[in-house]
Amino acid sequence: MTDKTTGGDVRLTGISKTYGSFTAVHPLDLTIPQGSFFALLGASGCGKTTTLRMIAGLEDPSSGTVFLGDRDVTDLPPYKRPVNTVFQSYALFPHMDISENIAFGLRRRGIKSVKKQVDDMLELVQLGDKARHKPHQLSGGQQQRVAVARALINHPQVLLLDEPLGALDLKLRRQMQLELKRIQTEVGITFVHVTHDQEEAMTMADQVAVMNGGRVEQLGAPADLYENPRTTFVANFLGTSNLIEAEVVETGSEVVVTAGGGRLRVPGDRCTDAVRQGGKLLVGVRPEKISLTHADDAGAIADGRNQVTGRIADSSFIGVSTQYVVNSPAGAELQVYEQNIERDARLRPGAEVVLHWNPAHTFGLDATQDIDAGVETVEDAS
Amino acid sequence: MTTTLTKEAAPGPVEEPVLRKPPTRKRLVPYWLLLPGILWLLVFFALPLVYQASTSVQTGSLEEGFQVTWHFQTYVDAFTEYWPQLLRSLLYAGTATALCLLLGYPLAYLIAFKAGRWRNLLLVLVIAPFFTSFLIRTLAWKTILADDSLVVDALNALHVLDVTSWLGWTEGERVLATPMAVVCGLTYNFLPFMILPLYTSLERIDGRLHEAAQDLYASPATTFRKVTFPLSMPGVVSGTLLTFIPASGDYVNAELLGSTDTKMIGNVIQSQFLRVLDYPTAAALSFILMAIVLLMVTVYIRKAGTEDLV
Repeated sequence: MTDKTTGGDVRLTGISKTYGSFTAVHPLDLTIPQGSFFALLGASGCGKTTTLRMIAGLEDPSSGTVFLGDRDVTDLPPYKRPVNTVFQSYALFPHMDISENIAFGLRRRGIKSVKKQVDDMLELVQLGDKARHKPHQLSGGQQQRVAVARALINHPQVLLLDEPLGALDLKLRRQMQLELKRIQTEVGITFVHVTHDQEEAMTMADQVAVMNGGRVEQLGAPADLYENPRTTFVANFLGTSNLIEAEVVETGSEVVVTAGGGRLRVPGDRCTDAVRQGGKLLVGVRPEKISLTHADDAGAIADGRNQVTGRIADSSFIGVSTQYVVNSPAGAELQVYEQNIERDARLRPGAEVVLHWNPAHTFGLDATQDIDAGVETVEDAS
Repeated sequence: MTTTLTKEAAPGPVEEPVLRKPPTRKRLVPYWLLLPGILWLLVFFALPLVYQASTSVQTGSLEEGFQVTWHFQTYVDAFTEYWPQLLRSLLYAGTATALCLLLGYPLAYLIAFKAGRWRNLLLVLVIAPFFTSFLIRTLAWKTILADDSLVVDALNALHVLDVTSWLGWTEGERVLATPMAVVCGLTYNFLPFMILPLYTSLERIDGRLHEAAQDLYASPATTFRKVTFPLSMPGVVSGTLLTFIPASGDYVNAELLGSTDTKMIGNVIQSQFLRVLDYPTAAALSFILMAIVLLMVTVYIRKAGTEDLV
């Protein structure tokens, strides 16, 4: 903790954790660049918290190595690692006041004059007037900020956040997301953030690792993950995807498939695995990319767009947009989000419609996967 | 009673008469529930206390009868005569309390944090001695500490008794009828009263606080010193009180395991009441003991500052 190795990424090599016969984390290689805001995203039980705890030293990995920069810290106990954690339940010391809580780490390292640093930290988290309060006198959001301050004051090489916003209500959570992002930009420390909330991960993180069943399914920038999911789990867990089972009829730079009697085109470089003629492919498109036109106006749709016919099963108005559920020969319950700019009064449940979108927005996934992977978990989590 | 209360509570804002109907019966329920307890305390605690207080300022004899003469000199005389026993009581009780804490804390810690599925079994074992009578258990210690018992032989062989005898805790090769025997008995008898509150307060500590402390550079020893122990203070305070208070008034251990040189104030009170039949002195001694313990406990609680803890 005292010898600051300047710089360095967090590197996990072949790290795994097993409890008896249960494997919480499969051997995992992960590099978290220095100074980045990195999110580990997944449903509960996917191994994200275990991974975080192995970086903190609170859990011994069953195999593999944890590097902080060039230093192997695998065998170091937590109190010797230059890493601090913001715990899910904050774990503030109830018998100490706020400033004592924040000064705890500094004092343990034998630093005597902590007043100035504590005051600065209280300022950073905007709790200057609460220094002498006990944790239980503070609201959830304030406690959360104390937990962040208590960890940050030590200038850790890496700050680990274990679902830090889980206990807060929605509005406060949004506010704290921006707050944490601001603090991270200000102090420039690597943040590793564990969350099950995909929106939270996407708003805050530079890089997101989506975890499922103890493995990293996909790693990338939020926009990249959203636009180019490589597995059905990622496609369904991050936002909503319409996945249509299709048969490949033509391969090449543009893959042509048939689904429900219609032909759809997919850019070849957006298909995951080697596509074979006559093989299966899951064709995906995000609900907001789709336009909805009443069947009577089908002729007006521009050429070259992917088209699917269907009938509106349900529609719900949510202010900025209207969400439609469309049943189609290509697939049941396709989701369409239409912006409420010029609403077509004919688009009511029961209406015959054509769904159409730019083929460039289509992606292809390996058809051997579970088409519903990641769907229920999102509902559980929210 | 009901009608008068209704009248008293009736005047209220006229705007919401329906809501303001006084639920008199409901409000009285807590007091009715308290009544048996209050009556019990009155009859079996407050009244005897008043009776004892009056006894302590009476003079007379059993034959001629006792009269309240406000003879406070009894207190002075009792204290002057029996202060060694009083001091000895506090010393023995204090030593036993300290030993209970030393023995009980690690055990309570183990049960709370490390026992896992053995936790309940261990707790049952802690209170298991209560299934036998206090007297029998104390008598059993007579056998344990008897002159040729295994324990005493072993202590002799290890020359432990040489040290304790030099300190004045034991006499020669004997343990029975020495201060050590009495303190051992007290420690044994009151140990569960120390362990249980300690366990309760340790068990309530969130394990994540230990992780947080370690994450913030506290070694396991520092974590204990700065987090675990301070958070267990309510248990330490109530455990020491539950041990010290009854131990300082105890006479069974000194009676069965001690000698005339190890008499505690409880023994004096008991013999004044039942053998010497000097009721005023016995009553005065009881009040002196009560006052001293009350004073010590007040100071102790102030110092420990438990009201600060959750």
